[in-house]
Amino acid sequence: MRTPLRALLLTVIAVGGTFGLDPFRNYQLATAAACFAAVAGLTVLVGLTGQLSLGHAVLMAAGGYGFAYAASAVDGPAPLALLVGLLAAAVVSGLLGLLLGAAAARLRGPYLAGLTLALVIALPAAASTLPLGGDQGARAPFFPVPEALSALIAVEQWHAWLAIVIAALAVTPLVVLRSGRAGLRMRAVLDDETASRLSGVDPGRVKTGAFVASAVPAGLGGAVLAIATQQVTPGGYGLAFSLSLVVAAVAGGLGSIGGAAIGSVLVTVLPWAVDELVALAPADLGQRLDGNLAVLLFGAGLIALTLAWPGGLARLPRPARLLRFATPSTTTER
Amino acid sequence: MDRFVFLLAAGLARGAVLALFALSLVIVWRTARVVNFAQAAMAAAAVYAAFAVTAATGSYWAGLATGLAAGAVLGAAVERGLMRRLPAHAPLPGIIVAIGLVMVLQAGLAIAFGPEHRPMHPPFSQRPFVIGGVPVLSPYDLFTLAAAAAVMTGLALLFNRTTLGLRLRAAAFAPETARLAGVRVPRMVALGWALSVAAASLAALLLVPTELGLNPHAVDLLFVNAFAVAVIGGLDSPAGALLAGIGTGLLVSLVTGYASASAAPLAVLALMTLVLLVRPGGLLAAKEARTA
Repeated sequence: MRTPLRALLLTVIAVGGTFGLDPFRNYQLATAAACFAAVAGLTVLVGLTGQLSLGHAVLMAAGGYGFAYAASAVDGPAPLALLVGLLAAAVVSGLLGLLLGAAAARLRGPYLAGLTLALVIALPAAASTLPLGGDQGARAPFFPVPEALSALIAVEQWHAWLAIVIAALAVTPLVVLRSGRAGLRMRAVLDDETASRLSGVDPGRVKTGAFVASAVPAGLGGAVLAIATQQVTPGGYGLAFSLSLVVAAVAGGLGSIGGAAIGSVLVTVLPWAVDELVALAPADLGQRLDGNLAVLLFGAGLIALTLAWPGGLARLPRPARLLRFATPSTTTER
Repeated sequence: MDRFVFLLAAGLARGAVLALFALSLVIVWRTARVVNFAQAAMAAAAVYAAFAVTAATGSYWAGLATGLAAGAVLGAAVERGLMRRLPAHAPLPGIIVAIGLVMVLQAGLAIAFGPEHRPMHPPFSQRPFVIGGVPVLSPYDLFTLAAAAAVMTGLALLFNRTTLGLRLRAAAFAPETARLAGVRVPRMVALGWALSVAAASLAALLLVPTELGLNPHAVDLLFVNAFAVAVIGGLDSPAGALLAGIGTGLLVSLVTGYASASAAPLAVLALMTLVLLVRPGGLLAAKEARTA
């Protein structure tokens, strides 16, 4: 019961915090919350099972499209549309995650990374080939501030509230999953597939399950982005965005949920801050630096972090408590 | 029928470029057991070097030579400076460093040269010959095929028929034993990287004039398709890369011609997924390829 209570407390604090932010900051907060949901999924996947996905942006896009179409189709009150949309986002991203997970269960490091990379590159093509609205994307319904609150808060703040609550709902089960039996199985499979198979843990099922568990929060994150921006376009989920999710997961420390939160804020705020700085540069130079300088810095940071702590990336960085908890139990796990 | 022949011919040239790039991935996989996700960005950097030299001297060939040299130097530098410092036998750090390198190189190129597409002119005409009323290969396509075939033959001879090739293979397959036998393993690994990136740069140099133009992301799609090709053929297998490259080139050409250009990446993705699900190690791979 401790995890849900802590999640509730953090959610309340975050919602309270939105009163201290101006509308643009609240929009950024919503974006960061969306990234947080996806990065939390990604960091658990990479940190606990060692499967590197470069395509979590596509899972977010799947959730976003699912949300946009389902919520637009509902002809009822806003809460109903929201719920149906979120459900559709979870189902669509979960199904895509299941598909990828089935492939991932048979693949190792570079193969899975390449497959998910190909998925990101193929997303614009998929959007124009499948009935997804091409480059224009799909429109998501607008959720206005409820009557009772409309005197109190602006629409950006309302969207930030929704984002925080959805992110909390997406991440809390992940935390429970991670610290429970499923997390133990994932670590066992990462440590030694043969040994875990001997202990009655099926590596394929664990890997597939981990992928689905990681895909659903990402899809809900996509739904949050769809709420905040009222649209889903393939351009919004490109390679740069997908890689920035990896940066966030690595920067926060693979496997760490709290780190995922810090990393998501970093990849949301830092590009904006760098671009603000770049705007001070002369026009020609500024135009070239715009957007690129942040990517350059992220890339350099990613390389520096990995060179400094390669061991921390190859395996889950383990606090002492976790180690004591995990090592004997992997062998007794039924 | 005319259309079919034309598409087949075009697919052949496309497939040769794909096979060459896939071969470069196979070389670096065999040398260092990493998939170099930065191959596209490194090749793009080499093409920019070629572009700058061609613009300065007016000679395509000087640019081509510069591009190949730049690719080789970049490959060796990345191996010496970054990849060597990572622990062996853990794939994740290598992939993550390569992704960081992609971000640095592509953003750096965009800052240095601007994000716009810069047209590159091919050294030969792209107007196809007409045989019996059917347009087939253009002189530039023939040049592409010849260059790719020459380089692939050269690499095959190098690896299979020379002492240096034997050292390269020994260093890749059994580093410890090779070192005991007097092979300078680190030097061989760096050389493997240099050869691989030079080959990738050549593939990119051949491709870019036929596309929209030079841009930091101009090689991305080629990389993804070539990765698919390498995986379909088996990451360990040069012959697999060649066969799968030609096959995928024909597939892409036919899908582009009969359906639409935007459906082609989906077709490649579908083909790769199918092959991975049926034969996870690729069509022509040895069994231990993906566990090593």
